[in-house]
Amino acid sequence: MPDLNTFRAETRAWLEQNCPPSMRTAQPDDEAITGGTREKYKNPESKIWLDRMAAKGWTAPTWPKEYGGAALSEPEARVLAEEMQALNCRPPIRGMGFSMLGPTLLEYGTEEQKRTHLPKIVTGEIRWCQGYSEPGSGSDLASLSTRAVLQGEHFLVNGHKIWTSGAHFSDWIFCLVRTDPTAKKHEGISFLLIDMSDPGVRPQPIRLISGYSVFCETFFDNVQVPAKNLVGEMNKGWTIAKRLLEHERKGIGGIGERAKERSEQTPEQLAKKYVGETDGRIAAPALRDAIARFNIDQRAFGLTRQRTAEEAKAGAPPGPASAMFKYYATELNKRRYELMLDSAGTEMLGWEGEGFEPDNLRTTRDWLRAKANTIEGGTSEIQLNIIAKRVLGLPD
Amino acid sequence: MTLTLSSEARLVQDTALEFFRDKSPITALRKLRDTQDADGFSRPLWREMAELGWTGFLVPEEWGGSGFGHVGLGLVMEAAGRTLAATPLLSTSLIGASALVLAGSGMQKDTHLPGLVAGDQIFALALEEGPHHAPTRIATAAKKHGGGYRLSGKKTFVLDGHVADTLIVAARTSGGANDRSGITLFLVPASAPGLSRTRTIMVDSRNAAIVTLKDVEVADEAALGPIDGGSDVLEAVLDRARAGLAAEMLGSAAECFERTVQYLKDRKQFGVAIGSFQALKHRAAQMFCELEVTHSAVLACLSGLDEGANDVPALASLAKTKANDTFFLVGNEGVQMHGGIGMTDEHEIGFFTKRARVALATFGNSAFHRDRYAALNGY
Repeated sequence: MPDLNTFRAETRAWLEQNCPPSMRTAQPDDEAITGGTREKYKNPESKIWLDRMAAKGWTAPTWPKEYGGAALSEPEARVLAEEMQALNCRPPIRGMGFSMLGPTLLEYGTEEQKRTHLPKIVTGEIRWCQGYSEPGSGSDLASLSTRAVLQGEHFLVNGHKIWTSGAHFSDWIFCLVRTDPTAKKHEGISFLLIDMSDPGVRPQPIRLISGYSVFCETFFDNVQVPAKNLVGEMNKGWTIAKRLLEHERKGIGGIGERAKERSEQTPEQLAKKYVGETDGRIAAPALRDAIARFNIDQRAFGLTRQRTAEEAKAGAPPGPASAMFKYYATELNKRRYELMLDSAGTEMLGWEGEGFEPDNLRTTRDWLRAKANTIEGGTSEIQLNIIAKRVLGLPD
Repeated sequence: MTLTLSSEARLVQDTALEFFRDKSPITALRKLRDTQDADGFSRPLWREMAELGWTGFLVPEEWGGSGFGHVGLGLVMEAAGRTLAATPLLSTSLIGASALVLAGSGMQKDTHLPGLVAGDQIFALALEEGPHHAPTRIATAAKKHGGGYRLSGKKTFVLDGHVADTLIVAARTSGGANDRSGITLFLVPASAPGLSRTRTIMVDSRNAAIVTLKDVEVADEAALGPIDGGSDVLEAVLDRARAGLAAEMLGSAAECFERTVQYLKDRKQFGVAIGSFQALKHRAAQMFCELEVTHSAVLACLSGLDEGANDVPALASLAKTKANDTFFLVGNEGVQMHGGIGMTDEHEIGFFTKRARVALATFGNSAFHRDRYAALNGY
């Protein structure tokens, strides 16, 4: 395809000219860019890089131009991703606006909603977070009770969301709210966009087992939300909610690959370093076998992602394999961390301070963070329910 | 690797699925078993398979084949696996053809390949000497004698050994008991004086034999590939065998799984379909996931062989390990989820459980291949 080759050459030239030198190095955790009004851009070149990419529409390359995107085709977007990888370019920005809300608004939003919100996601001006779970509604999400009552031109929102990732750094939140408490639980839910600058919205970070506080509780106390911020029809929000969850799970399903890019530590390297080796082999046979078992599963899963992508490219409808991505990727990711801990022994059981390598301290925390992978976005058990029901057709 | 099927490959797949479903359902295997059939497979069926071109998928056109490739043959084997069809596809179309094409002299190819493609000649690899797959643990001796060699030793678990016309014998021409070097492959006619065969009745009702060689004389020209350098040929042939067998096992596992899911929908207890119980649902969903990743691993290996990928050995160990573990899981869960009826000989699900055990011991169990995979990846 000559067109793609031209595009590739132009893309590479542009990236070479426009990607600042420090943006071509491995990204430390504290330089990851998520945008929004509270973003600090610790490395000033992050901001330059983001602005240049956003001006091209390349932070959301497949979105239509009228909403700030670059209207690239899927093959062109792949070329862009490949070229960025080839030059080791950092992702200019990441976040739920890109991975979840954007695709959902493009499908269900009004013209005004798209024009208002999408361009600010593209430029990183506004950061979004997700208001789904509640203290009493985890796996049984549709039982949620945060209320929104339509009063003239506004909804009045009261309630309590939890696991709202990054809420304390976000500007807006997309929320599932109950608009009809008398209807069946799936039929009284609406999808609402809420400006968090309203004083009635109060996010409060939660300290986790990892010591991190990436999640919040978010309280809504008589928050006034303009009626035009309703996405889709009133009481029809569950359909939109499920669609967005598919986008979310697709993102989480890629988790092992991202982790592999970022982390230079592999279980086999750690085992060689901390257990030792005999004739080039990990000296502990049972550990070596467990690591091989993991790597085989990881490779077979990577090939499954590749096969599904090739089938999609060939125009086949999404096969049943995509249903398993979230489940399999997150279970693998947890196994990977457990094997790293098995391999490094007490060197990877430090919490902080002297006596431990910084990489190992970070991996220990990440091990704990990874426990959430099989809970967030629908637990592994919920994913298995979905496969059993939708793919295998097993009865309720 | 390409992980999607060409339209030609899909056509082969459809034809093969229909062929085995119609002509060789599991009742055919049961009949071969119950009648103690002397051949243990159907020669008329085999001839039909040859007419469809499947025996020549790995043989170049020059010798009557089509060179269609490993993906194509793998799809045929996967379809055969769905009905547990007992045929010489593995021993002859895959192993025999690969060994001759990869290592045969011009004369050997001319002599053997046309008959192999026509379905007239059956081959068998006489490799193992102990209860576990060990491709370098060869004690069978080949001693120089005049213008040839004298072979003596005992081979076990020779697939299709008792019906083969020609045996490919791995023998030691030099070196110690477990040395990688010093192994040579020989083409030995089954009718050679000093060669005797005992058919072994296996738990999966498929063909195998013990082959005993006592001063079997062969000419120098019987050597297949280099003297003392047979291990390289053997590894290449074995990786093809592992890929094809993994494809067959994938077909068997998928069929066993689909039958089990259907049973979960049909069987009622406590007034409801047992498939509504979460304890069974989750296990079924996990099996589905394992089948999907196994499918990808098998296809990657077959495709890698056709495209000349440089990591075929690792891909073969990947495919065989996943096929082993998945077929083992699905085969055992098949009986458990069928409950009491699954324990009866009358029901067909137990045939899968029994086949799984034999297939996973063939050309390396999972421990063997995990060890190999780790070594190939530098740990």
